[in-house]
Amino acid sequence: MKKTVFLGALAIAGVAGVMASAQTLDDVKARGALNCGISTGLVGFASQDANGEWQGFDVAVCRAVAAAVLGDASAVDFTPTTNQVRFEVLNSGEIDMLARNTTWTFSRDVDLKLEFAGVNYYDGQGFMVPAALGVTSAKELDGATVCIQAGTTTELNLADFFRINNMSYQPVPISTASEAQQQYLAGSCDVYTTDASGLAATRAAFEDPSGHIILPEIISKEPLGPLVRHGDNEWGDVVRWTLNALIAAEELGVTSANIEELAAGTDNPEINRLLGSEGSLGEMLGVSADWAKNAIAANGNYGEIFERYIGQNTPIGLARGLNAQWTEGGLLYAPPFR
Amino acid sequence: MSTMSDPTQPVFRLSMLVNDTRYRGITFQIIAFFAIVFLFGWMAWNATQNLAALGQNISYGFLGEGAGYDINQKLIPYASTDTHLRAAFVGILNTLLVAFLGCITATIIGVTVGVLRLSNNWLVAKLMSGYVEIFRNVPVLIWILIIFSVMSNALPAPSAFRGENATASMVMDAFAFTNRGVYIPRPVWEPGSWMVVTVFFLSIVGIFALRRYAVKLLFDTGREIPVLKLSLAIFFVPTLLVYFLTGMPISLAYPSLQGFNFQGGIQIFGSLIGLWFALALYTGAFIAENVRGGIMSVSKGQTEAAAALGMRPGRIMRLVILPQALRVIIPPLISQYLNLTKNSSLAAAVGYMDITGTLGGITLNQTGRSFEAILLLMLFYLIISLSIAGVMNIYNNAIKLKER
Repeated sequence: MKKTVFLGALAIAGVAGVMASAQTLDDVKARGALNCGISTGLVGFASQDANGEWQGFDVAVCRAVAAAVLGDASAVDFTPTTNQVRFEVLNSGEIDMLARNTTWTFSRDVDLKLEFAGVNYYDGQGFMVPAALGVTSAKELDGATVCIQAGTTTELNLADFFRINNMSYQPVPISTASEAQQQYLAGSCDVYTTDASGLAATRAAFEDPSGHIILPEIISKEPLGPLVRHGDNEWGDVVRWTLNALIAAEELGVTSANIEELAAGTDNPEINRLLGSEGSLGEMLGVSADWAKNAIAANGNYGEIFERYIGQNTPIGLARGLNAQWTEGGLLYAPPFR
Repeated sequence: MSTMSDPTQPVFRLSMLVNDTRYRGITFQIIAFFAIVFLFGWMAWNATQNLAALGQNISYGFLGEGAGYDINQKLIPYASTDTHLRAAFVGILNTLLVAFLGCITATIIGVTVGVLRLSNNWLVAKLMSGYVEIFRNVPVLIWILIIFSVMSNALPAPSAFRGENATASMVMDAFAFTNRGVYIPRPVWEPGSWMVVTVFFLSIVGIFALRRYAVKLLFDTGREIPVLKLSLAIFFVPTLLVYFLTGMPISLAYPSLQGFNFQGGIQIFGSLIGLWFALALYTGAFIAENVRGGIMSVSKGQTEAAAALGMRPGRIMRLVILPQALRVIIPPLISQYLNLTKNSSLAAAVGYMDITGTLGGITLNQTGRSFEAILLLMLFYLIISLSIAGVMNIYNNAIKLKER
């Protein structure tokens, strides 16, 4: 009898542990800090600067969410995660969100019970080879040895690409990006493959970036975005709309320079709703009225973040390409704020 | 008149379970047993409950689905269209391969170094103790990374073998040492080659028979025959004779540089070599200490007695000391073999696709079935370890002191 009571108590404790995760927004507010999972280090996306502060394109998403929820862009505890453990860390509740160039796929969304809050970078898998190799197309890579990072979608794309084109190759799966780069630079593989943005970031860190070329073929669609646990829709909405606010801000011409001025009220009702001087979007979302203003003020709008960390004027030197606003021929398209 | 009655048995009371030393031990063992069963049962129950709450029920259905990734070193045919289960088998074979090679090499290194460390030659003894101390006191993962990166950086890339002014060349036009691995010639079996192989194995059996006969002859008549010369003759002559009589049915396909890599030979991957050597050298250092301990446990009188009979040092070691030392060496050797096999799971560091790399690495990541995959991994390592321990225990029973 007593045992039954004990088991019952344990059952409640077990279920309660899971239930608690359904109120991430309240947890974050109570804690006063956002736990954000990021990459272990990828120049431009997430890397530590000289002061030990995390900086980068993905890091900026974490900071924007922290600013939206807590009003403080620095209230973030960063947890660097590897490819292998990132989803477990998220699902276990150790982090509230993951912003770590993670590809949105069906099985991750549906089978792994994750929820993607949108896309912050439209990417595709590419190949990098030493210029001395004389290869100009990925179709010439028959028989090559290819270094890949284990535990990513790139392994599957690679296998498909070589099978479709009837070519053979030797995969060298390496668990961390830095180790894989070492192998590539030592010449123990001919080709290094990962997302094209990652290739650009990797090449920028090389001693001689001009000695390596990125082949024109993009062999897959890799929409990268922040994600949260499945089943906590309120929290998912916060992350999704924070990202949308950054994108919409660029479209509406709201920048970190003019945001104070625009927040006082403008003739454009959409800007007013976004920045909280009109309507009650913040209240609906369960955050303060100036949530979007804080999020944008943290690092600027999407375009500013892009230019600062990975744009043409950085060592990474990525063009906007697919990541331009829809009005400029890109894929970025934030739903309306109303 | 028998007044001697049995002392009345004290009535059993419940409190005696705790207070009476006769029962106390059993009581606590039973309590501990149930506590452990309950603890593990609760952990399993809790895990399934929480996974179910996340909507992830435990299911091994993923093993039958297509794996979708490629593996570089495969001992059985495998393509990316095969299932996760087959990928796991490829990984298991790779684990067994490196464990097998590692155990053999570690034993050879260990016995050699262990014996040499006791050498009277100061330089040899100190060199060997230097080896033992260096390898024993640095983590094996570091050794794996060191040996692998030395290989990748010190050896030339295949492209260095190309062109007129190649900076590297093949050894004897048959072996290519590159930073992707070592390429060796591959035997090509043509019809009739089975005869050569059969004769070869028969001649090995013949050599063993000869040695037995030689011992018997020595014991019976005291006559010695030149065993070494005869063995060499049996080893080479019949096989070569059949080889040429059947018209040379076995040829070698030499590796040659085609495209990006060497083709045509057998590639021994750099990751296998790095892992194999690191595990062998690391574990060899421990085995060397076991061997040294075993030898020192044999009393000095045995050596002196054998020397008094006129035996030479090499024979004393082989025929008198080592057989007795083995009884001390074998039990810790078993645990070294187990360590080596389990340490092979560090393969992921150099991209060697063992079971941890396939089932516990890529499959786990692609399917997200971490709980299931890790349980399978635990089961696999448990079975392998128990099998190794079982086989070694049989051997241990065979050589241990027979007590009558």
